[in-house]
Parts: sequence; C-alpha cells; structure tokens
Amino acid sequence: MSFKLKALLKSPWVFHLSTGSCNNCDIEILDCLTPRFDIERFGMLLVGSIKHADVLLVTGSVNRNCIPRIKDVYEQMPRPCLVVAIGECSLSRGMFIHSYNCPLPLDKVIPVDVYIPGCPPRPEAIIAGIVKLIGKVKKSITKK
Amino acid sequence: MIYIYYLLVLGFLATAAIGLVASWIDRKVTARVQYRVGPPILQPLIDIVKLLGKETLIPAGSSKITFLAAPVLGFASVVVVSTLLWLNNINFNQSFLGDLIVVLYLLTLPSISIIIGGFASRNPLASIGASREMKLILAYELPFILAVLVPVIQSGFSIKLGEILNFQAQNGAIIGSLSGVLAFIVIAMCIQAKLALVPFDMAEAETELIGGPLVEYSGSGLAMYKLTKNMLLFVLPFFCMILLMGGFVFSGIHIFYGILKYIGLVALITVIRNTNPRVRIDQAVRFFWGPMTIIAIVAVILALNGL
Repeated sequence: MSFKLKALLKSPWVFHLSTGSCNNCDIEILDCLTPRFDIERFGMLLVGSIKHADVLLVTGSVNRNCIPRIKDVYEQMPRPCLVVAIGECSLSRGMFIHSYNCPLPLDKVIPVDVYIPGCPPRPEAIIAGIVKLIGKVKKSITKK
Repeated sequence: MIYIYYLLVLGFLATAAIGLVASWIDRKVTARVQYRVGPPILQPLIDIVKLLGKETLIPAGSSKITFLAAPVLGFASVVVVSTLLWLNNINFNQSFLGDLIVVLYLLTLPSISIIIGGFASRNPLASIGASREMKLILAYELPFILAVLVPVIQSGFSIKLGEILNFQAQNGAIIGSLSGVLAFIVIAMCIQAKLALVPFDMAEAETELIGGPLVEYSGSGLAMYKLTKNMLLFVLPFFCMILLMGGFVFSGIHIFYGILKYIGLVALITVIRNTNPRVRIDQAVRFFWGPMTIIAIVAVILALNGL
C-alpha cells in the first residue's frame, strides 16, 4: 500500500473540475503549468480524462445541478485518489453563501483532503497547498 | 534457450529501459523548448509504476475480455518486433527468410490494439478516436511500405533484415544514395504518425477527444499502453536505423556512432513534434496519399535504376 502511495506522490496526475466557477481559479491553475512555476518538475500533469487522474481539483461553488455530477466524477476516479478544493467558493461558498442555488459546501458532498483558500488563490498558494497534501499523505504512510 | 534470453533481456528489458529514457528525453526537450525545467529522469518509470498500482475500472456495458486483452496484444507485438530487430542486428544470419514482412505486420498491431480497445470501451469519444486511428493507418501504410521497398531493392531484392544489414556493412549505408534520402524522409513522417505524435496525433487529441481511444482506460491497462508507446519510441527509430543507416554495430567507435544515430532520430521526432500544430484527419490522409506517396514512388523508381 505504501509503495503505491509513494509512486503516486511522485507523479500525481491532476484532473480539473470546474463546478460553475468564475474562471479565475481555473486560470490560476493553468498558471502553475507555465514556465514560471512549471509543476511538471514534480511529475504533475494535467490530464483530460478522470479515469487517468490521481488528484481531483474542484473549483467553484457547488450548485444544485452540479452535486450529482460531482459525485459521479468522484466515483469514476480510480483509487487511491485525493481531492483538493481550490478557491473560496468551493471551500465555503464565498459570496454565494446566501444563494438559494448553493445548499452545501464541497466537503459536505465528497471528502476533501486539502483546502486552498483565496479568491482566486495565487499559484504559489496552490503549490504550497499541494506540498501540504503530499506531507499529509507521507505522515499517514509512516503512521501505518 | 538463447531465443528466450533474447526475448526477455533484449526484447523486453533493454527495449523498455531505452524506451523510457527516450521518452524522458522527449519530455525534457519539449520542456526546454517551452523554456521550462522539465521532469526528472526517472519520471516515465514512476508513472508506469504508479499506474500499475491504481485500480482498473471497466466501464459498464463494455466487452470485458476485449477491453482487457487489447493492451496485451499491442504490448506483445512490440516485444516480438524488438526481439527480431535485436536478433538481426547482433548476428546477420540468425533470422529466417521474410522477417521484414513479419516486422511490417507486427508494427501495425499496436495501432490495431488501440483501435480494438477504443471500440471495446463503449465511449463515444473513444469510438471517434479509434475511427481516426483506423483512417490514419490506411493513410500511412501505403507510403511506408513503398519506402521500405527501397532498401529491399538496393540490397538485391532480399526480404531478410540480416541481408539488408549485410549489404550495408559491405557497401555503405543506404541513406547515402539519393533514393535512400527520399525513403528516409517518408519513413520519418510515417514514424511520427505511427507514434501518434503531434502533427498526426488527432486520434489521441488531448484537448479535443480527452485522450481518444484511451479515455476509459485506467490502472494497469493504461500502464501497458504507455509502456507500449515508450517502447515504440525505441523500436521504430531502430527499425529505420536497420533499414537505412546500417543498424547498430557493436565494435569500437561504431557504438558511439550508433548512439548518435539513435539520439539524432529521437531529437528529430521531438523537434517535428514541438514545431507543428495538429492537422485534421483529412489533411493527414491527403498528405500521406499525395506528396509522401509520390516521393516514395520516385524513390522506388530511382532505386530500380540503381541510384
């Protein structure tokens, strides 16, 4: 088990799911792939299909139409897998907290491993969040 | 017994190791072209190990046995091809008559395995990708086989890889002649299409078909496809070297030349991949049946006239 997770931490392939965000967080995620930050150094790749992914990045407020689809996508991801919530909207619904259309924050829908706050979070913050995620998984390996 | 050794050590282990390093070179050069740093050298291996440890999901309603057997088919054919190529390269007389034809057939099987897997996975995107892959095979096989005829004709109509290598060892590499240069241009383009790299990657278009025929594959099936593709990155340039450049000679300074030839071919593939946009499938078919076939026919005529 731990060997699998170690290999996963060295090459986490990322699937990017936007549940109705304003696109700012999505642009910041794409910024991480640019020459300035270049997360391919750590083996991270942006993949197009959820079946290839190890990490699910969710941006945007979770609205009523999206909830069944988020669950669908989460169930289709091959285990072991991790979930990262990016941006104020998916963390706590942000400015849509009183909206009729956003009943729940993301972590009430699917289990979330790391929260990255910000509106939008800077690429540095996203990378710092991923580093914390890797540290957390490493700690859980040594505990077992 | 010696053949099992060839199959396991050279056909599988050596080819996989060289192919993984080649795919690292490809990713690193791509990163440097885009002014990035790029992944560490063990990254392709770590990707494969990680994928082997993941869960394998089988889509509902798909044909289960076909879905799981398709990657094995492509992988097995690549291992057999690389064994045949190594065998001929080490000892010219070890192989059988007509192994060139066997290699040509087996080199089509990885693409066919991708088609089978794509259609078996019951996904519309995978079906579109698989049908594009099929059209691409129809497009590039004609000029590829015509270009392969050039070394056959020049070495006195022999369809044995060992005799082609023997001819080149005595009379110099075939790429030195005019028809050889033309055949090399055609074969380089066909290698690009066989590897499904960027000008001709419309079957696996990441941004358009999100992975094409591989969209439903996860875990070990995907790992096998990735490994097959990495091994093809060694096998196809090696095949081109054997046909046109005198193969890989294991003596003195020639080892260095062999490595240079291989790295040169990989660099050529990477540079073509990084400086071109993706073409549409109809443009690709027109490209292969038009200019490439004409160049290949001219090369064959020149070779028949001894040029």
